Amino acid sequence: MRADLDIIKEWIQPRSRVLDLGCGGGELLHFLTQDKQVQGYGMEINAEDIATCIDKGVNVIEQDLDQGLTNFQDKSFDMVIMTQALQAVERPDLVLDEMLRVGKETIVTFPNFGHWRARFYLALKGEMPVSKFLPYTWYNTPNIHFCTFKDFEALCRQKNIHIVRRTVVNSKHRDHWITALWPNMLGEIAIYHVTT
Amino acid sequence: MPEQIAADSVGLATPQTLLFDEPLLLRSGRTLSQYQLVIETYGELNAERSNAVLICHALSGHHHVAGYHSMDDKKPGWWDSAVGPGKVIDTNRFFVVGLNNLGGCHGSTGPQSINPQTGTEYGPDFPLLTVRDWVQSQARLADRLGIDIWAAVVGGSLGGMQALRWSIDYPERLHHCLMIASAAKLTAQNIAFNEVARQAISKDPEFHGGRYKEHATIPKDGLMLARMLGHITYLSDDAMRVKFGRELRSGKLSYKYDADFEVESYLRYQGESFSEAFDANTYLLMTKALDYFDPSVDFEGDLVATLQAAQCRFLLISFTTDWRFAPERSREVVDALVAAGKDVSYAEIESAHGHDAFLIPIPRYMDVFGRYMNRVATDLGLALDTDTVRVKQERS
Repeated sequence: MRADLDIIKEWIQPRSRVLDLGCGGGELLHFLTQDKQVQGYGMEINAEDIATCIDKGVNVIEQDLDQGLTNFQDKSFDMVIMTQALQAVERPDLVLDEMLRVGKETIVTFPNFGHWRARFYLALKGEMPVSKFLPYTWYNTPNIHFCTFKDFEALCRQKNIHIVRRTVVNSKHRDHWITALWPNMLGEIAIYHVTT
Repeated sequence: MPEQIAADSVGLATPQTLLFDEPLLLRSGRTLSQYQLVIETYGELNAERSNAVLICHALSGHHHVAGYHSMDDKKPGWWDSAVGPGKVIDTNRFFVVGLNNLGGCHGSTGPQSINPQTGTEYGPDFPLLTVRDWVQSQARLADRLGIDIWAAVVGGSLGGMQALRWSIDYPERLHHCLMIASAAKLTAQNIAFNEVARQAISKDPEFHGGRYKEHATIPKDGLMLARMLGHITYLSDDAMRVKFGRELRSGKLSYKYDADFEVESYLRYQGESFSEAFDANTYLLMTKALDYFDPSVDFEGDLVATLQAAQCRFLLISFTTDWRFAPERSREVVDALVAAGKDVSYAEIESAHGHDAFLIPIPRYMDVFGRYMNRVATDLGLALDTDTVRVKQERS
């Protein structure tokens, strides 16, 4: 399982109601439904991912995040999750507002653009970073709103969002004490658990 | 005529007529003391009786879902694209049941049947039926076939409404509900279209208050108009543009009130052939059943509360250019199911075909549908027995 998913699955209460925005092939929801008996729903617009969810028996709803979550009632989910999609939506701030409205709690993960490799790439090569982990070039990337840990926390402060916990991982391993020492430089994926 | 029957066709199918003596109390308060249902089945019911799939038909559908009745048939059953060996509703795995609903005009008890009380045809005296009544009769059919629980109940349009009704009225009798291009209730605009269709029929001088048979005639023009209107609403603006554009039948304008444009002659042809094959009283009945459908009326209009009873899993599919049963209508059901905590998946298929899309084998539609049915089979332990398939293929 992807490093960030491996961590957040531990943060989900058994038998809770979970909404996973941009759920991909439903890997996390599949695990949560099987092992934690959660009542989970995924939201996705990619046809192949939707097909994979159906194969797995994961509840998946074809809906575009950028159109909002107005079809869901306030606090109708125990947890609303969005992994690795914050940087790809049109207005991350509005999506975050909606997540916090619909969910009692929220987990967000995103690639940290403050990671040392990204910084060195831009600083030394003078080009937008391209890596195995972030394989797109600037003109075809779905990732239109990169941010760093610091940027995200500034947004949370501005919106009075309470950070319950945060952790960082690199794409290969789980959180390491060295990564924890200097997260904005050494963490590749940021994981935030937030509430209003 | 099919020159030869394709390998993925169910082949030649024979309808069966089943008689029911137990009176059926209807939503209207009236009773059908006895009735018959015409059905067609494909595939084989397994020993556990766990592989049965019910196909509910739409406005003008019937029991002949797939295959042919004879080698002289011009066309196969109405959903042949989806039902057959190796198709999305795979008859190698599933035992598929199609029926003609009560009130229909293809053999099941309806306005053209003899009223046992009077000894004459029911005609307009045939009781108005609701989706709930149909589902009740389908449950009796399931009893007769020895099917306690359907693996899936599947329907498009008005058929989808029956599938939804099954999940509410008989929650313990189906594992999966597939509701395609449908809605939890019609909008005012949709009812309005039905009303124009009904007016066209009942205002036809040949209608005679529904007793046209007694006058040895049929309200052909009215039925033709009703069908023409229907056809317009089943297609999208784009589909009509692509299919007909402004093409002229004879290459030039006639400056007469004849059909100049291809689209006019298409509609006339469709309307005409339908008006000769379909019963006007059945058309009125079917459109009324559509209009009346709204399971939430028993729950003060609260669809979430209505769906609380459901125990099955749901798949909903809609089509982007369907304006008669728009994606919004499917989403209303999806949202209510999510709010009620039911298992549901939803796909919105890009298509230019309007409402008709649900009968067209659009690749992504068939992919989603097929994967879901595959999942139904896996969940119920109906893993495909490859040996059986091979034997069947060799035999055919």
